[in-house]
Amino acid sequence: MDWNQLFFVLIPYISVTLFIAVTIYRSIFRPFTVSSLSSQLLERKKLYWGSVPFHYGIVLILLTHLLALIFPKALLLWNAVPIRLYLLEISGLALGLWALAGVVLLIYRRISVAYIRKVTTPMDIVVLLLTLVSIITGVLTAVGYRFGSTWFTGVFTPYLWSILTLQPRPELVAPLPWLIQLHVLNNFILLAVFPFSRLVHILTWPLHYLFRPWQIVIWVRERRQLAE
Amino acid sequence: MNVRTHMSMIFHLDKCIGCHTCSVACKNIWTDRKGAEYMWWNNVETRPGTGYPTQWENQEEFRGGWERKKNGLNLKLHTRFQGLLKLFYNPSLPDLRDYYEPFTFDYQNLFNSPQKDVQPIAEPVSMITGDPIDIETGPNWDDDLGGSNVYAKNDPNLESLPEEVREQMNELERLVFNYLPRICNHCLNPACVAACPSGAIYKRGEDGVVLVNENSCRAWRMCVAACPYKKVYYNWSTGKSEKCILCFPRMETGQAPACAHSCVGRIRYMGVLLYDADRIPDAADVPDEELIAAHREIILDPHDPEVIAAAKANGIDDGWIESAQNSPAYKFVKEWELALPLHPEFRTMVMMYYIPPLSPIVSIIEKNLFRLDLMNEDYDFELFDRLDAARLPVKYLANLFTAGNEGIMRTVLRKLLSVRIYMRRKTVDGVVDDVALKTLADAGLTEEEAIAIYKMTALPTMEERFVFPPYHREMSIEAGMDPLAHKGEAGLGYIQQPKRGS
Repeated sequence: MDWNQLFFVLIPYISVTLFIAVTIYRSIFRPFTVSSLSSQLLERKKLYWGSVPFHYGIVLILLTHLLALIFPKALLLWNAVPIRLYLLEISGLALGLWALAGVVLLIYRRISVAYIRKVTTPMDIVVLLLTLVSIITGVLTAVGYRFGSTWFTGVFTPYLWSILTLQPRPELVAPLPWLIQLHVLNNFILLAVFPFSRLVHILTWPLHYLFRPWQIVIWVRERRQLAE
Repeated sequence: MNVRTHMSMIFHLDKCIGCHTCSVACKNIWTDRKGAEYMWWNNVETRPGTGYPTQWENQEEFRGGWERKKNGLNLKLHTRFQGLLKLFYNPSLPDLRDYYEPFTFDYQNLFNSPQKDVQPIAEPVSMITGDPIDIETGPNWDDDLGGSNVYAKNDPNLESLPEEVREQMNELERLVFNYLPRICNHCLNPACVAACPSGAIYKRGEDGVVLVNENSCRAWRMCVAACPYKKVYYNWSTGKSEKCILCFPRMETGQAPACAHSCVGRIRYMGVLLYDADRIPDAADVPDEELIAAHREIILDPHDPEVIAAAKANGIDDGWIESAQNSPAYKFVKEWELALPLHPEFRTMVMMYYIPPLSPIVSIIEKNLFRLDLMNEDYDFELFDRLDAARLPVKYLANLFTAGNEGIMRTVLRKLLSVRIYMRRKTVDGVVDDVALKTLADAGLTEEEAIAIYKMTALPTMEERFVFPPYHREMSIEAGMDPLAHKGEAGLGYIQQPKRGS
């Protein structure tokens, strides 16, 4: 097996399997462990300047990655006009730098604040470092290999679909520069780490909060049955 | 009418001696754990004072409770959409410094210290980092510090008082304080439940206990910020929110909650209240001055045949209805209208009620001697007619218990005073004169009521103070499945330790 098979077929499949299986297991059988594990109570100032830029930056960037995966044609159409392409690329880069600044501050906070060290697990450090590598390689790719929003649709959209449809085509990623390959590999490792780390909190976005009634009342005994 | 039942606690503040036995009983049972050291599900505050966490009543800073807006009630903390935007950082959340850094002492040093010229000491150490710390504040740092420039002066309830009254409260010879024990109020319109993005907090239908489902809690801490009483706490170790559970495992087995059971002054009463769940939204959305009346309005009379029929239709069993009829809570809240909710203006419709404290009369200095500021004879009556001379300003108590409505506070205080005057005439003088009877009538009480209030206040037995309904938890399985089938499969299951995730 050559390196491409290992990095872009085997590891992705291991990661995706772990991601799906362990996440489901953990959500159902170990729900207590699923938490964003906030440490704002212990330290708030650095958290504000770290967490807000990091989260908004990374969430928006991940959404555009998802967009390029699902609607590549729409993205190409948008990019057809140069000014729109520049706008997209500049905002993407800005968000990336924003997230980078945030994650660097978060790492600094985790190491320097004594309170935060007390609530830090080894996995927290692993996740922060993987995220840092992911953002740095992403930003460097955006700077060094221009107009990713366009070539992504030609390379990664078919590659990721090939993984998802169980017909892997690692040859699409093989000729890419090592920096971009590192970005891909690192993100697959991040996906494998996901269910074992605090990253599981990503899957808990509470959109139902927008629609649920304000109050929740639960009966131990089902009232209606008793009333009959 | 949608009749529901609620377990409700009454705090008779006149009887509270500020001993903190309730706090210790609660701490020993529930919050003596890592991450929970700073939580005081039950605490006792000295008032006037800043409370715990410091200045929790200052909703401009902590943004707890509900606000009346054009489209009805809304959380003061956020709209639903804003709530989602603040997931990554919760700006209104109190900081550990608003509570205190939990500490212990390095007792081992007393044994292990090498021989020195001086005695070894047990140095204070942080219970979070384990490092030595200087203790700067604690959960009860302002205990008994009525009149203190640091604490009492910064009580948020003093803000609307005239300057001269506030000054007067700080004069040495006019100092006054009272105690305010607080637990979770298990509100009818809880802001913590409404603020939780993951929907982890809920109210139990049977007894109204508000609980956090820690399996669904995602540590967004909106509940901590939204609770105007700051009675939801965040466990920094497990990454989950926790709060007072009203000792439901004790109540389900017919025992009073630990705080109430251990109360040395026997200030606490517990019983069932019936309420109309359909009218909660309307009752919470009235102008400040009508809040108490609206609140009393939704508490239903358990003797009313209509209410009983509606309760039965809702599946409430006879045991609970009977318990509601004997409930001391119903007597204090509705029959005698003596017990008041704490800060009704937060509009969470609390279900724990307080009987406000009476206070000594203001004294004046005359020829270097202290003298009460009134005639020598009949001073009970003087205070009855001159509540403004009481050391605790009526306005201050009104800010605490009636959303600033002095009229209701005066009515309650006059009732309490008239019972005191009547009973003093009866037991000390042996004769109830016309003046005492007139006082009683002025306060709006009959002789029978006065005696009943006296008995419930001064002489109640344990069974009269705590009237618990039969929970029949052993039968709760029947609603969902066949008990015999359940019997075969019942077991403890696998116990998962509440350990921090990674």
